Amino acid sequence: MNRNQCIQTFISKAEAVSAGVITVPHVQQALEHVVTLCTDKEACRLLASGCEHPLSQEPADLCRLKEWSKIIAAPDLAAGDLETLTNLCRPLGIRLIEKGLHSHLGGLDIGLTWARYGIAENGTLVLDSSREDIRLAGMISEIHTVLIGASSIAATADDLLEPLTRLFADGPNYTAFITGASRTADIERVLALGVHGPLELHICIVQDC
Amino acid sequence: MQYANSLHEYRKELKQALAHEFQRKALENFTSSYRKSRDGYFADCSLEEIIQDIGLAKDSSLKQFEALYQRFKAKAEAMGVQVHLARNDREANEIISEIAAENQCRRVVKTKSMTAEEVKLSDFLQEKGLEVTECDLGEWIIQLREEVPSHMVLPAIHVSKEEVGKLFSTVTGHTQSTDIQSLVKVARRELRQKFIEADMGISGSNFVIAETGTLGMVTNEGNLRLATTLPRVHVALVGVDKLVPTLKEALPILKGLPRNATGQSISSYVTWITGANDCLAAPEGKKIMHVVFLDNGRLALARDPVFSQALRCVRCGACANVCPVYRLVGGHVYGHVYIGPIGLILTYFFHGREKDKFLAQNCLNCQACKAVCVAGIDLPRLIKEIQAVIQADEPRPALNTGLATVLTRRKLFHSLLWSGKYLQKPIQGRSKYLRHLPQFLLGDQDFKALPALAGKPFRDRWEDLKPRVTRPRYRIAIFSGCLQDFVYPEHLEQFVRLMAGRDIAVEFPKDQGCCGLPVLMLGEKEAARQIARHNLRALDPSQYDAIITLCASCGSHLKENYPYIIGRRQGVGVKVRQFADKIMDVSSFLRNVAQLESNLFAASGPRTAYHAPCHLCRGLQVKDAPRELLTLAGLEYVPNPDEETCCGLGGTYSMKFPELSASIVQDKLERIEALDVAYLVTDCPGCVMQLKGTVETEQRRLTVLHMVEALARQLKT
Ligand code: SF4
Ligand code: SF4
Repeated sequence: MNRNQCIQTFISKAEAVSAGVITVPHVQQALEHVVTLCTDKEACRLLASGCEHPLSQEPADLCRLKEWSKIIAAPDLAAGDLETLTNLCRPLGIRLIEKGLHSHLGGLDIGLTWARYGIAENGTLVLDSSREDIRLAGMISEIHTVLIGASSIAATADDLLEPLTRLFADGPNYTAFITGASRTADIERVLALGVHGPLELHICIVQDC
Repeated sequence: MQYANSLHEYRKELKQALAHEFQRKALENFTSSYRKSRDGYFADCSLEEIIQDIGLAKDSSLKQFEALYQRFKAKAEAMGVQVHLARNDREANEIISEIAAENQCRRVVKTKSMTAEEVKLSDFLQEKGLEVTECDLGEWIIQLREEVPSHMVLPAIHVSKEEVGKLFSTVTGHTQSTDIQSLVKVARRELRQKFIEADMGISGSNFVIAETGTLGMVTNEGNLRLATTLPRVHVALVGVDKLVPTLKEALPILKGLPRNATGQSISSYVTWITGANDCLAAPEGKKIMHVVFLDNGRLALARDPVFSQALRCVRCGACANVCPVYRLVGGHVYGHVYIGPIGLILTYFFHGREKDKFLAQNCLNCQACKAVCVAGIDLPRLIKEIQAVIQADEPRPALNTGLATVLTRRKLFHSLLWSGKYLQKPIQGRSKYLRHLPQFLLGDQDFKALPALAGKPFRDRWEDLKPRVTRPRYRIAIFSGCLQDFVYPEHLEQFVRLMAGRDIAVEFPKDQGCCGLPVLMLGEKEAARQIARHNLRALDPSQYDAIITLCASCGSHLKENYPYIIGRRQGVGVKVRQFADKIMDVSSFLRNVAQLESNLFAASGPRTAYHAPCHLCRGLQVKDAPRELLTLAGLEYVPNPDEETCCGLGGTYSMKFPELSASIVQDKLERIEALDVAYLVTDCPGCVMQLKGTVETEQRRLTVLHMVEALARQLKT
């Protein structure tokens, strides 16, 4: 597979597992996209994350903890990108946090992280999430948005054998392969997305990275 | 779970499971959609390669366990992980409960792990006063119902959404709907709270990489990620069979497991944890992490020449998905902790003989499980071997001793059959079935009419039938098998008729006897060997170009099992290989060697369904020849998705588990009748007996025919 085929395969495989994929030329556009996602989300209020149902006392209290201002968690951005995102968020009243995700376990609107690699054959994102904040951004957010450089997409998992081995050997390490949103078919084999992790997965392929 | 004390009690449990309507429907839907889609799951890769790679990785890793374990331990400890080796279930439970005590843990979230089920870890921890919450949705449902999983991948497949709705209403104290999407979201919020409160997360692992000290976990829901991130302590309990040298050996498992389990090319999440990572809830900001390896007999099992392959299992659950017995009764009665075909084997090793005693007998030997196992485990053979092992400790049942005595003495057996035809007269009347069998003899066998012995067996008709060929271009021997020799000689007669004028010399060596499969099925290995050696003497392969059998079961036994059971004997190995190489089923012979021409047959014929005998389509791997013959003979072949599902006979199986045998064949006939066909054709006399006998009892509008009968009916002259 050449670079272009890799990207095309990656996109179609990721879309097949209900991830949203867009391709942008620079990080700047990806950040703009994230902010749009967040404001759109506001328009249709909360995603159905469970808080709309009658719950027992403690889980219901946890729902109430969720702040009413929108929050984007971006624990993984370079300083310059973080500043850009802050400037985009501020006028819209979106709160941006880069650490301390642990105090938002009730839920976040958007978690924004970088993928280190992609695997075209499965539409898989490979995230080095050894830092707990990065891990949480991809777990407790309702929408997980992942940026990936076009040049980081490999054809198959076998192609990543060496870099992954190096990454692990250099541990401690917590790496996640993520393919589509969290899913279950445990009740009558009916597919339901967003059981424990994010309800939606969005991918921005950044061409110049 | 197995608690039955007698076969009778076990059968009672099976009957109850058969009556569980929701489960039957759910399993029926699930297993038929699985069978339909399964081949497509491997469209983008080579299944053979995956099977081979998984087998190689697993086999070689267990051989070097000690070295790999030390390597993993050194690597993991250097990154702050404590590594333990538990020799048995009790030790594993104690190690983990001590870890909990040491770290003042009170609440535990646990992810799905068959290994934890194996040692009953949750029960143990709860008895020690810990609160354990299963955080996989299906497992949580099961835990709330105080049950065990009924499937390795879909633990709550036997539970309806209405039942889940009620359950969640009790948990939340508010009425919940039965809408699945809403129920899932309720679980999301309820369980989120549990993750936050938990002090300890317990997981299993699908592969453990020695080189880098890494645990790999394959999941879909994302609960494992939360369970290994939020609590301050993480304990992974893993079987020693999960250890592989490097990432390279783990990748084939990652390819095969999700595909075979759910048809996903990869699961939503694969989590790779190496060492103790950041954890803000932990006192020093580092996760307190322990890996507990469980032996529990695995290391000894790895050295067993026959059973070691059971350790290749990657727990994909596929063997259950295609098993006709599982499909009817579900996992609670078809397994103990490990369920389905692999459970019939592992139960003996991990949970003991008593639990497996009746369970291990509940197998039709239909080979369906073997055909889908992504680890290449010969499950039906291991199940047979387990039966033999269990039986060795028991007084031999009368049926076994009797059959072994009679079948190893060909002459005695045949003279018994001879006298049988006179003895049956009063119960036979004038029909071809045994009509007036007293109920005490028949027991629960009354779902099918049993055929009477033929007036004159094939061996006594042979001299008159024998075709005279002066200059044969091909020389064959018939291996008749008992059923066709003594019950359905007409099948063989039609076959000889089809041979007319083809310059093929046909012989019927008279010293041949029963193929021996019935005694092997009863676990009587020595009797099976004796019979095999006898037949090898009776039919010398060097005298014929091929040895033809019209019985798929005999055929696959002669071809597959003979080399396995007697091939290791000095001097016998070569002969039995040559013998096996000459065995051919009748459809392949007629199609590919005799090359019957279509102009022999009428141009059109009745609508015809086909039943593929297990021993033909999976045993001998013959798939195309019979179907092509039907069309070639002018019959209107109507395919159906169920063709390769077992008819439920399974040799002596139908005598042991008549309710299941009856349900399997009735379901099958029901679906075939719906195709609106006149003929149902198959190429095994055993299947003919099961299908025809049931059609007779239920008065269905279907004519069951052996392939050669169907062909003969279509002949122009
Ligand atoms: S051989 Fe057939 S009946 Fe026996 S366990 Fe396998 S699938 Fe089930
Ligand atoms: S025995 Fe084979 S098919 Fe059955 S669960 Fe194990 S790997 Fe899967």
